[in-house]
Amino acid sequence: MSPSVALTLAIVVPLIGTVAIVCLRRAPNWRETATLTTATTLLLLIVYIASAFQSGNQIATVWWYLLPDVPIAFAVEPLGLLFALVASFLWVVTSIYSIGYMRGHGEPNQTRFYAFFAIALSCAIGIAFAANMVTLFIFYEALTLATFPLVTHRGSAEAKRAGRVYLGILLSTSIGLQLLAIVWTWQLTGSLTFTERGIMHDVDDTTAGILLLLFVFGVGKAALMPLHRWLPAAMVAPTPVSALLHAVAVVKAGVFTVLKIAIYLFGTERLATIATADWLAYAAAATILIASLVALRQDNLKARLAYSTISQLSYIVLGAMLANRWGIIGGGMHIATHAFGKITLFFCAGAIMVSAHKTEVSEMRGLGRAMPITMAAFLLGSISIIGLPPTGGLWSKWYLAVGTLHADQWILLGVLLVSSVLNVAYLLPIPIRAFFSSASPSAPEGMHEAPLPMLMALSVSALGCIVLFFYPQTFFELMTKLVVSF
Amino acid sequence: MIREQLAVLQVVIPLLAAPCCVLLHRARWAWWLAVAVSIACLAIAIALTAQVSAHGAITYLLGGWAAPWGIEYRIDELSAFILIVVSTINLVTILYAGRSVEQEIDPDRIYLFYTGWILSLTGLLGIAVTGDVFNLFVFLEISSLSSYLLVGLGRDRRCLTAAFQYLVLGTIGATFILIGVGLLYMMTGTLNMADLAARIPAVADTRTVVVALAFFSIGIAIKVALFPLHMWLPNAYTYAPSAVSAFLAGTATKVGVYMLLRIALTVFGVRFSFGDISLQHVLLVMAVLAMVSGSVMAIYQRNVKRVLAYSSVAQIGYMVLGIGLASATGIAASVLHIFNHALMKTALFMVLGAIFYRIGSVALEDLHGIAKRMPWTMAAFVAGGLSIIGVPLTVGFISKWYLLVAAAQQGWWWLAAVILISSLIAVVYIWRIVEAAYFKPLSNAAQDAVEAPLGLLLPTWALVALNVYFGVDATWTASIASRIAVALLGTPG
Repeated sequence: MSPSVALTLAIVVPLIGTVAIVCLRRAPNWRETATLTTATTLLLLIVYIASAFQSGNQIATVWWYLLPDVPIAFAVEPLGLLFALVASFLWVVTSIYSIGYMRGHGEPNQTRFYAFFAIALSCAIGIAFAANMVTLFIFYEALTLATFPLVTHRGSAEAKRAGRVYLGILLSTSIGLQLLAIVWTWQLTGSLTFTERGIMHDVDDTTAGILLLLFVFGVGKAALMPLHRWLPAAMVAPTPVSALLHAVAVVKAGVFTVLKIAIYLFGTERLATIATADWLAYAAAATILIASLVALRQDNLKARLAYSTISQLSYIVLGAMLANRWGIIGGGMHIATHAFGKITLFFCAGAIMVSAHKTEVSEMRGLGRAMPITMAAFLLGSISIIGLPPTGGLWSKWYLAVGTLHADQWILLGVLLVSSVLNVAYLLPIPIRAFFSSASPSAPEGMHEAPLPMLMALSVSALGCIVLFFYPQTFFELMTKLVVSF
Repeated sequence: MIREQLAVLQVVIPLLAAPCCVLLHRARWAWWLAVAVSIACLAIAIALTAQVSAHGAITYLLGGWAAPWGIEYRIDELSAFILIVVSTINLVTILYAGRSVEQEIDPDRIYLFYTGWILSLTGLLGIAVTGDVFNLFVFLEISSLSSYLLVGLGRDRRCLTAAFQYLVLGTIGATFILIGVGLLYMMTGTLNMADLAARIPAVADTRTVVVALAFFSIGIAIKVALFPLHMWLPNAYTYAPSAVSAFLAGTATKVGVYMLLRIALTVFGVRFSFGDISLQHVLLVMAVLAMVSGSVMAIYQRNVKRVLAYSSVAQIGYMVLGIGLASATGIAASVLHIFNHALMKTALFMVLGAIFYRIGSVALEDLHGIAKRMPWTMAAFVAGGLSIIGVPLTVGFISKWYLLVAAAQQGWWWLAAVILISSLIAVVYIWRIVEAAYFKPLSNAAQDAVEAPLGLLLPTWALVALNVYFGVDATWTASIASRIAVALLGTPG
């Protein structure tokens, strides 16, 4: 199998999986087998592509031409590979988790859930490997639509309202701003292909500045304030959706798109000369702080994690807007490290919900004795989000901080430090109280750990956080390969 | 030998079939005849398109009389493209009509229904093939008169007032066009389009010619239902039988846009229409108003057919907008949207017809929860709706892309913003319906509904498939549209 065939397959395999899932709807065990098989196959494909890429192959494929000059094309580059590796690995983990969660929680319409989940992953891989902005846009929109049935899974009035916010913000930003920017760029440069050093050389500063604003705010999935409301709204979805899609695939697709635009449409050299890049860096800094402060005030655990995600996503936007190699390396690595940390936290939140039926932070005192593994994993995930050793979160924050120093942005460095303190304040009390505070009197007797598949999944992702501390090389080397040309 | 006669057969076959339909009298037989005629028309249209793309424009002299005296049929790429659109939509909707009209029209009137339908088809095809302005008027009247009849055959009594309103406004429009024809004949002494195009520049500075263009433009604008002359359209589409709404939505207004292109650009010429008169500015303003007001009005309708009707007003705005941009890309966008909008709006009206078939209503509150009972039907609605919104991989995206590029070429960013805002409003009115159908508790009307019969579902899904196909690979349509635009504008620029 040639690598470019594998590239096509990586996008198609989840869709085949969808068909299999729908066909096997009457046999839940086989249906889950189909999900697991698909996820594993996808991971193997991505690993194969990665190894082919590491050995120096150029991997690209053109599917067909949408319009006479606009191909639907895919190409492998380091950043996309990093995103695809993270997403496909965590899909395997989440699939195991989902089985425990969906059954333990007695969710209805499970076939629809697994089917759209697989479609969403196909879209995420499409985004990761898109070779031009139109291809990326198509998968970006498809991802919005494919996740809508997952957000509204419960079908309740609240879910419907959330679905409206979700679709409203994501579609209006992508159609209203991003598409405008795409067409404008096409008109100005005659190209939308992701190119090293960008395609904006001949565009004057003012126009490029406006385009940058349109692009970055047009990527609503990056949840830059004030376009962040959809993410807390999406928390009505079942927890595996919040975990993989709204902590990893969907939101990371957003910040990935921002990075991709910054690196391959503008180019970091060009970006550094654009005034609005600084504005956006400050907008990201404001989002980091405000979202952290809001997270402090959330009692609902998933809502707190959602605001934490908003804050952490802006780290990556900030890294992109710093427009130097350290910022890009830090931003790219943060895609991976935050993914592992945040998915662990969501897994734990779901485990607590399934076995202890608790959703509010204030109810979780003393839970550590009943669910030691879960809460230990939560502690590790928290430490990784904060960015302390021995977790991978340290590295990405480290490079982001170095990036701010290289850009002489002392204020932004201060923001990163203050934010870490805020992270401590809103995350660490949860495991600390769970272990050291006496159980609240209302706690029912006989609480126990979540079902085994869920425990396995959250242990794997928590271990991942530690592994990323000791072996960050895979991702670091990918990112340095990316920035070597700067 | 028959190859040379194809141009005239395109019109003669349906014209002769119409009286046969009356003679057959039985509903089923009439339908079979209509289906046969529709297949023949599509086959001829495809053959003509192949000829045109191989050998260039076709000229056919009716009765062998040479051009300025006799009637000339002239088929270029634009005409052939319109023939394809009309005959494709016609075939799909006539197949659909077989089941749909059973419930909506008195059995003893069904043969009249098909007679009217075939006549309307004759007129629409005739407009596209003819190279003579008076002949164009005649075909226009054939199609209009028969469509008044079709609208008036609806089951709801309000269809009669709708048909009457359509008749009055349609006749005013036709009269304006006739006055335009008369004025041109007065100034040039000819009715042949090519001849007119050659002679008009000599008299272009006279007020009569200017007035003639004004009469033509307003007359056609009524037929196209361009804002603010769209008043007949919402009622006509709402109360007509379902199959007729689908048929007219996909063909009648599209042929109207064709007339606008043909008269303004071929007959009067680019230099006169866009240069001396600056018709494009008027069209641009009307188009923008249509896009915004049509979309906004669509949000507030409770009858879903009426939502789609107002959406059509907005979408006609897109087509006219392309002409108003007065550039090759703009006109290409306009031509593309003729094709694309026909596919999406017809599919959507067919979905509503299927729902009407089962529950006898298309009021929004009766559609609550219907997706549980008619999943395939509503899935088709979602697909068509995404196309209206302009989501990538549907034809709607292709149209929007070309319009945006055309606006960008002129540097009119406000216009690009208007196009995008209008499509965002489309999200609202489409999603309101989707949400009602999927999330609301089942309405009383829909309690006993079951999935639509295959006779309705298959044609609908055939169109949905085309929606996706031409949205996924638009190279064919886009390159034809670009060639047509360049041909219409003569030398680029």
